[in-house]
Amino acid sequence: MCLAIPGKVKKIFNDNTAEIEIGGIVKRASLDLIPQVVVGDYVLLHAGFAIEVIDQEKALEISKAWEGNID
Amino acid sequence: MKYIDEYKNKEIAQNILWQIRRISKKKINLMEVCGTHTVAIFRNGIRKMLPQNINLISGPGCPVCVTPIQYIDEIIAFSRKDNFIITTFGDMIRVPGSTSTLEKEKANGSDVRIVYSTLDALKIAYDNPAKNIVFMGIGFETTSPTIARAILKAEEEKIKNFSVLSVAKIIPPAMRFLLESGEVNIDGFICPGHVSAIIGSKPYSLIAFQYGVPCVISGFEPLDILQSIYLLIRQIENGRAEVEIQYERVVKPEGNKIAMDKINEVFKVVDSDWRGIGNIPLSGLEIKDKYGKFNARKFAIKKEETKEPKGCLCGEVLRGVITPPECPLFKNICTPEDPKGACMVSTEGTCAAYYKYN
Repeated sequence: MCLAIPGKVKKIFNDNTAEIEIGGIVKRASLDLIPQVVVGDYVLLHAGFAIEVIDQEKALEISKAWEGNID
Repeated sequence: MKYIDEYKNKEIAQNILWQIRRISKKKINLMEVCGTHTVAIFRNGIRKMLPQNINLISGPGCPVCVTPIQYIDEIIAFSRKDNFIITTFGDMIRVPGSTSTLEKEKANGSDVRIVYSTLDALKIAYDNPAKNIVFMGIGFETTSPTIARAILKAEEEKIKNFSVLSVAKIIPPAMRFLLESGEVNIDGFICPGHVSAIIGSKPYSLIAFQYGVPCVISGFEPLDILQSIYLLIRQIENGRAEVEIQYERVVKPEGNKIAMDKINEVFKVVDSDWRGIGNIPLSGLEIKDKYGKFNARKFAIKKEETKEPKGCLCGEVLRGVITPPECPLFKNICTPEDPKGACMVSTEGTCAAYYKYN
Protein backbone atom coordinates (compact mmCIF):
# COMPACT_ATOMS: atom_id res chain seq x y z
CA MET A 1 0.00 0.00 0.00
CA CYS A 2 3.00 2.24 0.41
CA LEU A 3 3.73 2.05 -3.28
CA ALA A 4 5.02 5.32 -4.74
CA ILE A 5 6.03 5.88 -8.35
CA PRO A 6 8.57 8.38 -9.72
CA GLY A 7 7.28 10.95 -12.19
CA LYS A 8 8.34 14.24 -13.77
CA VAL A 9 6.58 17.49 -12.92
CA LYS A 10 5.36 19.00 -16.21
CA LYS A 11 3.11 21.84 -15.15
CA ILE A 12 2.15 23.44 -11.84
CA PHE A 13 -1.29 25.00 -11.31
CA ASN A 14 -2.46 27.77 -8.97
CA ASP A 15 -4.36 25.32 -6.76
CA ASN A 16 -1.06 23.66 -5.78
CA THR A 17 -1.60 20.66 -7.99
CA ALA A 18 0.63 19.53 -10.83
CA GLU A 19 0.62 17.47 -13.97
CA ILE A 20 3.09 14.66 -13.44
CA GLU A 21 4.28 12.39 -16.21
CA ILE A 22 4.80 8.78 -15.26
CA GLY A 23 6.11 6.59 -18.08
CA GLY A 24 4.18 8.55 -20.73
CA ILE A 25 0.97 8.89 -18.72
CA VAL A 26 0.10 12.26 -17.25
CA LYS A 27 -1.59 12.36 -13.83
CA ARG A 28 -2.80 15.31 -11.80
CA ALA A 29 -1.52 15.25 -8.22
CA SER A 30 -1.52 17.43 -5.13
CA LEU A 31 1.70 19.22 -4.13
CA ASP A 32 0.39 19.99 -0.64
CA LEU A 33 3.03 17.79 1.00
CA ILE A 34 6.00 19.19 -0.99
CA PRO A 35 5.17 22.77 -2.01
CA GLN A 36 8.81 23.55 -2.93
CA VAL A 37 8.60 21.56 -6.18
CA VAL A 38 9.47 23.19 -9.51
CA VAL A 39 8.72 22.12 -13.10
CA GLY A 40 11.27 19.52 -14.21
CA ASP A 41 11.68 17.97 -10.75
CA TYR A 42 11.14 14.26 -10.35
CA VAL A 43 8.81 13.42 -7.50
CA LEU A 44 7.41 10.31 -5.89
CA LEU A 45 3.68 9.97 -6.31
CA HIS A 46 1.57 8.15 -3.70
CA ALA A 47 -2.24 8.04 -3.68
CA GLY A 48 -2.65 11.30 -5.59
CA PHE A 49 -0.01 13.21 -3.65
CA ALA A 50 3.61 13.99 -4.45
CA ILE A 51 5.32 12.94 -1.20
CA GLU A 52 8.98 13.71 -1.87
CA VAL A 53 11.35 15.15 -4.46
CA ILE A 54 13.93 12.75 -5.89
CA ASP A 55 17.48 13.99 -5.35
CA GLN A 56 18.94 13.60 -8.84
CA GLU A 57 22.58 13.60 -7.69
CA LYS A 58 22.06 11.00 -4.97
CA ALA A 59 20.12 8.90 -7.48
CA LEU A 60 23.33 8.23 -9.42
CA GLU A 61 25.33 7.05 -6.43
CA ILE A 62 24.44 3.36 -6.47
CA SER A 63 25.72 2.78 -9.97
CA LYS A 64 28.82 4.91 -9.28
CA ALA A 65 29.54 2.93 -6.11
CA TRP A 66 29.14 -0.51 -7.61
CA GLU A 67 30.17 -0.33 -11.22
CA GLY A 68 33.39 -2.31 -11.68
CA ASN A 69 33.50 -3.00 -7.98
CA ILE A 70 34.59 -6.61 -8.17
CA ASP A 71 37.99 -6.93 -6.56
CA MET B 1 11.14 4.55 -16.69
CA LYS B 2 13.62 6.99 -15.16
CA TYR B 3 14.55 6.20 -11.55
CA ILE B 4 13.28 2.65 -11.96
CA ASP B 5 15.11 1.03 -14.87
CA GLU B 6 18.59 2.06 -13.75
CA TYR B 7 18.08 0.15 -10.50
CA LYS B 8 17.53 -3.12 -12.30
CA ASN B 9 21.01 -3.41 -13.84
CA LYS B 10 22.04 -7.07 -13.91
CA GLU B 11 25.81 -6.53 -13.79
CA ILE B 12 25.61 -4.27 -10.76
CA ALA B 13 23.28 -6.77 -9.10
CA GLN B 14 25.89 -9.46 -9.65
CA ASN B 15 28.58 -7.22 -8.18
CA ILE B 16 26.52 -6.64 -5.06
CA LEU B 17 25.71 -10.34 -4.74
CA TRP B 18 29.38 -11.18 -5.10
CA GLN B 19 30.23 -8.78 -2.27
CA ILE B 20 27.42 -10.21 -0.15
CA ARG B 21 28.85 -13.71 -0.58
CA ARG B 22 32.32 -12.42 0.18
CA ILE B 23 31.52 -10.77 3.53
CA SER B 24 28.61 -12.88 4.80
CA LYS B 25 29.60 -15.49 7.36
CA LYS B 26 26.89 -15.60 10.04
CA LYS B 27 23.52 -17.27 9.73
CA ILE B 28 21.05 -14.40 9.97
CA ASN B 29 17.38 -13.44 9.70
CA LEU B 30 16.53 -10.11 8.08
CA MET B 31 12.97 -8.84 8.29
CA GLU B 32 11.34 -6.55 5.75
CA VAL B 33 8.52 -4.60 7.35
CA CYS B 34 6.90 -3.22 4.24
CA GLY B 35 4.46 -5.08 2.01
CA THR B 36 5.82 -3.26 -1.03
CA HIS B 37 9.25 -4.71 -0.19
CA THR B 38 7.74 -8.18 0.25
CA VAL B 39 6.30 -8.04 -3.27
CA ALA B 40 9.51 -6.58 -4.76
CA ILE B 41 11.62 -9.31 -3.09
CA PHE B 42 9.39 -12.05 -4.49
CA ARG B 43 8.91 -10.53 -7.92
CA ASN B 44 12.64 -10.20 -8.43
CA GLY B 45 13.51 -13.60 -6.99
CA ILE B 46 15.83 -12.03 -4.43
CA ARG B 47 15.40 -14.80 -1.81
CA LYS B 48 16.76 -17.34 -4.26
CA MET B 49 19.78 -15.20 -5.18
CA LEU B 50 21.07 -14.96 -1.61
CA PRO B 51 23.41 -17.40 0.08
CA GLN B 52 21.61 -19.94 2.26
CA ASN B 53 22.76 -18.41 5.52
CA ILE B 54 20.68 -15.29 4.83
CA ASN B 55 17.00 -15.75 5.55
CA LEU B 56 14.47 -13.06 4.65
CA ILE B 57 11.33 -12.89 6.80
CA SER B 58 8.23 -10.84 5.98
CA GLY B 59 6.87 -8.71 8.80
CA PRO B 60 3.63 -6.86 9.53
CA GLY B 61 4.01 -4.40 6.67
CA CYS B 62 0.69 -4.62 4.90
CA PRO B 63 -1.87 -2.20 6.37
CA VAL B 64 -4.81 -4.19 5.04
CA CYS B 65 -3.45 -7.37 6.66
CA VAL B 66 -2.86 -5.87 10.09
CA THR B 67 -6.31 -4.29 10.37
CA PRO B 68 -8.33 -6.39 12.85
CA ILE B 69 -11.53 -7.91 11.58
CA GLN B 70 -13.72 -5.79 13.89
CA TYR B 71 -12.75 -2.68 11.94
CA ILE B 72 -13.67 -4.35 8.68
CA ASP B 73 -17.01 -5.14 10.32
CA GLU B 74 -17.25 -1.49 11.38
CA ILE B 75 -16.92 -0.13 7.83
CA ILE B 76 -19.29 -2.84 6.57
CA ALA B 77 -21.84 -1.68 9.18
CA PHE B 78 -21.49 1.88 7.84
CA SER B 79 -22.06 0.64 4.29
CA ARG B 80 -25.38 -0.87 5.38
CA LYS B 81 -26.72 2.46 6.66
CA ASP B 82 -29.03 4.56 4.53
CA ASN B 83 -27.62 7.77 3.15
CA PHE B 84 -24.01 6.71 3.54
CA ILE B 85 -21.40 6.47 0.81
CA ILE B 86 -18.29 4.46 1.69
CA THR B 87 -15.07 5.54 0.02
CA THR B 88 -11.99 3.37 0.21
CA PHE B 89 -8.72 2.45 -1.42
CA GLY B 90 -9.20 -0.58 -3.65
CA ASP B 91 -7.17 -2.90 -1.40
CA MET B 92 -9.92 -2.99 1.22
CA ILE B 93 -12.89 -3.97 -0.89
CA ARG B 94 -12.43 -7.75 -0.84
CA VAL B 95 -11.13 -8.11 2.70
CA PRO B 96 -13.44 -10.50 4.56
CA GLY B 97 -15.18 -9.21 7.68
CA SER B 98 -16.96 -11.63 10.01
CA THR B 99 -19.66 -12.45 7.47
CA SER B 100 -19.31 -10.09 4.51
CA THR B 101 -17.02 -7.83 2.48
CA LEU B 102 -17.45 -4.31 1.12
CA GLU B 103 -17.59 -5.90 -2.33
CA LYS B 104 -20.55 -8.08 -1.32
CA GLU B 105 -22.30 -5.10 0.30
CA LYS B 106 -21.83 -3.13 -2.92
CA ALA B 107 -23.35 -6.01 -4.90
CA ASN B 108 -26.27 -5.89 -2.46
CA GLY B 109 -26.89 -2.24 -3.24
CA SER B 110 -24.67 -0.33 -0.80
CA ASP B 111 -22.89 2.70 -2.21
CA VAL B 112 -19.22 1.73 -1.94
CA ARG B 113 -16.74 3.62 -4.12
CA ILE B 114 -13.06 2.97 -4.72
CA VAL B 115 -10.95 6.10 -4.74
CA TYR B 116 -7.34 6.67 -5.74
CA SER B 117 -6.80 9.61 -3.41
CA THR B 118 -8.31 10.95 -0.19
CA LEU B 119 -9.07 14.14 -2.12
CA ASP B 120 -11.25 12.11 -4.51
CA ALA B 121 -13.27 11.01 -1.48
CA LEU B 122 -13.59 14.64 -0.44
CA LYS B 123 -14.82 15.54 -3.94
CA ILE B 124 -17.52 12.86 -3.63
CA ALA B 125 -18.60 14.53 -0.37
CA TYR B 126 -18.71 17.92 -2.07
CA ASP B 127 -20.79 16.53 -4.95
CA ASN B 128 -23.24 14.69 -2.65
CA PRO B 129 -24.18 17.17 0.08
CA ALA B 130 -27.23 15.16 1.19
CA LYS B 131 -25.18 12.03 1.95
CA ASN B 132 -22.61 11.14 4.59
CA ILE B 133 -19.30 10.16 3.07
CA VAL B 134 -17.10 7.90 5.19
CA PHE B 135 -13.51 7.26 4.11
CA MET B 136 -11.80 4.10 5.38
CA GLY B 137 -8.63 5.69 6.74
CA ILE B 138 -6.17 2.86 6.41
CA GLY B 139 -2.42 3.10 5.97
CA PHE B 140 0.97 3.64 7.50
CA GLU B 141 2.88 6.92 7.72
CA THR B 142 3.16 7.16 3.91
CA THR B 143 -0.60 7.48 3.61
CA SER B 144 -1.57 9.20 6.90
CA PRO B 145 -0.51 12.70 5.74
CA THR B 146 -2.84 12.37 2.74
CA ILE B 147 -5.70 11.48 5.12
CA ALA B 148 -4.78 14.41 7.37
CA ARG B 149 -4.69 16.73 4.37
CA ALA B 150 -8.21 15.69 3.31
CA ILE B 151 -9.52 16.44 6.82
CA LEU B 152 -7.79 19.83 6.88
CA LYS B 153 -9.19 20.61 3.44
CA ALA B 154 -12.68 19.59 4.56
CA GLU B 155 -12.29 22.06 7.45
CA GLU B 156 -11.03 24.84 5.13
CA GLU B 157 -13.79 24.31 2.60
CA LYS B 158 -16.47 23.69 5.24
CA ILE B 159 -17.40 20.29 3.86
CA LYS B 160 -19.47 18.88 6.71
CA ASN B 161 -20.57 15.53 5.32
CA PHE B 162 -17.06 14.00 5.14
CA SER B 163 -15.65 11.79 7.84
CA VAL B 164 -12.83 9.28 8.29
CA LEU B 165 -12.85 5.94 10.08
CA SER B 166 -9.22 5.97 11.14
CA VAL B 167 -7.37 2.68 11.39
CA ALA B 168 -4.03 4.31 10.51
CA LYS B 169 -0.95 2.79 12.11
CA ILE B 170 2.66 3.64 12.93
CA ILE B 171 5.39 1.16 11.98
CA PRO B 172 8.34 1.58 14.42
CA PRO B 173 6.34 0.57 17.57
CA ALA B 174 5.40 -2.70 15.82
CA MET B 175 9.08 -3.37 15.06
CA ARG B 176 9.97 -2.83 18.71
CA PHE B 177 7.06 -5.03 19.77
CA LEU B 178 8.32 -7.91 17.64
CA LEU B 179 11.79 -7.58 19.16
CA GLU B 180 10.36 -7.43 22.70
CA SER B 181 8.27 -10.54 22.13
CA GLY B 182 11.40 -12.51 21.25
CA GLU B 183 9.25 -14.90 19.24
CA VAL B 184 11.37 -14.48 16.14
CA ASN B 185 15.09 -13.87 16.03
CA ILE B 186 15.62 -10.73 13.94
CA ASP B 187 19.21 -9.72 13.16
CA GLY B 188 18.40 -6.72 10.97
CA PHE B 189 15.54 -4.70 9.56
CA ILE B 190 15.02 -3.69 5.94
CA CYS B 191 13.12 -0.51 6.82
CA PRO B 192 10.28 0.87 4.68
CA GLY B 193 11.49 3.53 2.22
CA HIS B 194 8.28 5.41 1.70
CA VAL B 195 7.21 5.42 5.35
CA SER B 196 10.70 6.77 6.05
CA ALA B 197 10.34 9.48 3.37
CA ILE B 198 7.76 10.91 5.79
CA ILE B 199 9.16 10.03 9.25
CA GLY B 200 12.89 10.18 8.45
CA SER B 201 15.52 7.93 10.02
CA LYS B 202 15.36 9.02 13.67
CA PRO B 203 12.42 6.82 14.79
CA TYR B 204 14.57 3.72 14.12
CA SER B 205 17.45 4.92 16.32
CA LEU B 206 15.97 3.30 19.43
CA ILE B 207 15.74 -0.03 17.63
CA ALA B 208 19.38 0.12 16.59
CA PHE B 209 20.75 1.42 19.88
CA GLN B 210 18.49 -0.17 22.49
CA TYR B 211 18.05 -3.57 20.85
CA GLY B 212 21.32 -3.68 18.93
CA VAL B 213 19.52 -4.47 15.69
CA PRO B 214 20.80 -2.75 12.53
CA CYS B 215 18.28 -0.86 10.40
CA VAL B 216 18.71 0.07 6.73
CA ILE B 217 16.09 2.22 5.03
CA SER B 218 15.68 0.76 1.58
CA GLY B 219 14.31 1.67 -1.84
CA PHE B 220 12.17 -0.77 -3.77
CA GLU B 221 14.06 -1.74 -6.91
CA PRO B 222 16.26 -4.85 -7.03
CA LEU B 223 19.55 -2.96 -6.65
CA ASP B 224 18.14 -0.97 -3.74
CA ILE B 225 17.12 -4.13 -1.88
CA LEU B 226 20.38 -5.95 -2.64
CA GLN B 227 22.43 -2.98 -1.51
CA SER B 228 20.37 -2.71 1.68
CA ILE B 229 20.96 -6.38 2.41
CA TYR B 230 24.68 -5.84 1.81
CA LEU B 231 24.71 -2.86 4.21
CA LEU B 232 22.88 -4.89 6.88
CA ILE B 233 25.29 -7.81 6.53
CA ARG B 234 28.25 -5.45 6.73
CA GLN B 235 26.92 -4.00 9.99
CA ILE B 236 26.16 -7.44 11.45
CA GLU B 237 29.52 -8.93 10.49
CA ASN B 238 31.32 -5.88 11.93
CA GLY B 239 29.29 -5.97 15.15
CA ARG B 240 27.64 -2.60 14.49
CA ALA B 241 23.99 -1.62 14.94
CA GLU B 242 23.17 1.67 13.28
CA VAL B 243 20.51 3.29 11.13
CA GLU B 244 21.66 3.72 7.53
CA ILE B 245 19.77 5.22 4.62
CA GLN B 246 20.27 3.30 1.39
CA TYR B 247 17.33 5.11 -0.27
CA GLU B 248 19.12 8.45 -0.12
CA ARG B 249 17.62 9.76 -3.34
CA VAL B 250 14.29 10.02 -1.51
CA VAL B 251 14.73 9.75 2.27
CA LYS B 252 16.19 12.59 4.32
CA PRO B 253 17.19 11.97 7.96
CA GLU B 254 14.58 14.50 9.06
CA GLY B 255 11.82 13.12 6.80
CA ASN B 256 9.12 15.32 5.30
CA LYS B 257 8.37 17.97 7.93
CA ILE B 258 5.31 19.36 6.17
CA ALA B 259 3.75 15.91 5.98
CA MET B 260 4.60 15.19 9.64
CA ASP B 261 3.08 18.53 10.69
CA LYS B 262 -0.16 17.56 8.98
CA ILE B 263 -0.22 14.18 10.77
CA ASN B 264 0.48 15.85 14.13
CA GLU B 265 -2.12 18.56 13.55
CA VAL B 266 -4.98 16.13 12.84
CA PHE B 267 -4.10 12.92 14.68
CA LYS B 268 -3.21 11.84 18.19
CA VAL B 269 -1.11 8.74 18.83
CA VAL B 270 -3.11 6.01 20.54
CA ASP B 271 -2.74 2.35 21.47
CA SER B 272 -3.84 0.21 18.57
CA ASP B 273 -4.87 -3.36 17.86
CA TRP B 274 -2.90 -5.19 15.18
CA ARG B 275 -4.36 -8.29 13.65
CA GLY B 276 -2.53 -11.38 14.83
CA ILE B 277 -0.24 -9.36 17.07
CA GLY B 278 -2.53 -7.74 19.62
CA ASN B 279 -2.58 -4.31 21.18
CA ILE B 280 0.62 -2.33 20.64
CA PRO B 281 1.03 0.78 22.80
CA LEU B 282 1.16 4.08 20.91
CA SER B 283 1.05 2.48 17.47
CA GLY B 284 -2.11 3.96 15.96
CA LEU B 285 -3.52 7.30 14.88
CA GLU B 286 -6.93 8.57 15.94
CA ILE B 287 -8.47 11.90 14.94
CA LYS B 288 -7.99 14.60 17.57
CA ASP B 289 -11.12 15.92 19.32
CA LYS B 290 -10.44 19.27 17.67
CA TYR B 291 -11.39 17.63 14.35
CA GLY B 292 -13.99 15.33 15.94
CA LYS B 293 -16.66 16.36 13.45
CA PHE B 294 -14.63 14.52 10.79
CA ASN B 295 -14.34 11.36 12.88
CA ALA B 296 -16.76 8.70 11.60
CA ARG B 297 -16.89 7.23 15.13
CA LYS B 298 -19.24 10.14 16.04
CA PHE B 299 -22.01 8.08 14.38
CA ALA B 300 -23.69 5.33 16.37
CA ILE B 301 -23.39 2.10 14.44
CA LYS B 302 -24.16 -1.45 15.36
CA LYS B 303 -21.69 -3.94 14.01
CA GLU B 304 -22.04 -7.68 14.06
CA GLU B 305 -20.26 -9.98 16.47
CA THR B 306 -16.66 -10.57 15.39
CA LYS B 307 -15.87 -14.00 14.03
CA GLU B 308 -12.33 -14.84 12.99
CA PRO B 309 -11.97 -17.19 10.02
CA LYS B 310 -11.47 -20.72 11.38
CA GLY B 311 -7.98 -22.11 11.02
CA CYS B 312 -6.52 -18.92 9.49
CA LEU B 313 -2.94 -18.32 10.65
CA CYS B 314 -2.55 -14.76 9.32
CA GLY B 315 -1.39 -13.69 12.78
CA GLU B 316 1.54 -16.08 12.83
CA VAL B 317 2.43 -15.07 9.26
CA LEU B 318 2.33 -11.36 10.19
CA ARG B 319 4.66 -11.94 13.15
CA GLY B 320 7.07 -13.84 10.92
CA VAL B 321 6.65 -16.98 13.05
CA ILE B 322 5.53 -19.18 10.16
CA THR B 323 5.68 -18.92 6.38
CA PRO B 324 2.37 -19.13 4.46
CA PRO B 325 2.86 -22.74 3.25
CA GLU B 326 2.84 -23.80 6.92
CA CYS B 327 -0.80 -22.64 7.25
CA PRO B 328 -3.21 -25.53 6.56
CA LEU B 329 -5.58 -23.23 4.64
CA PHE B 330 -2.88 -21.90 2.27
CA LYS B 331 -3.54 -22.85 -1.39
CA ASN B 332 -6.00 -25.36 -0.02
CA ILE B 333 -9.14 -23.39 0.74
CA CYS B 334 -7.47 -19.95 0.91
CA THR B 335 -6.57 -18.60 -2.53
CA PRO B 336 -6.50 -15.12 -4.08
CA GLU B 337 -9.84 -15.92 -5.77
CA ASP B 338 -11.44 -16.99 -2.50
CA PRO B 339 -9.31 -15.56 0.32
CA LYS B 340 -10.02 -16.49 3.94
CA GLY B 341 -7.52 -14.20 5.59
CA ALA B 342 -6.38 -10.66 4.83
CA CYS B 343 -2.82 -11.77 3.99
CA MET B 344 -4.18 -13.52 0.91
CA VAL B 345 -6.48 -10.65 -0.15
CA SER B 346 -4.05 -7.81 -0.39
CA THR B 347 -1.63 -8.01 -3.30
CA GLU B 348 1.01 -6.99 -0.76
CA GLY B 349 0.02 -9.68 1.71
CA THR B 350 2.71 -12.28 2.42
CA CYS B 351 0.36 -15.15 1.54
CA ALA B 352 -0.61 -13.55 -1.78
CA ALA B 353 3.07 -12.96 -2.61
CA TYR B 354 3.96 -16.59 -1.78
CA TYR B 355 1.00 -17.82 -3.81
CA LYS B 356 1.90 -15.78 -6.85
CA TYR B 357 5.68 -16.00 -6.93
CA ASN B 358 6.89 -18.99 -4.93
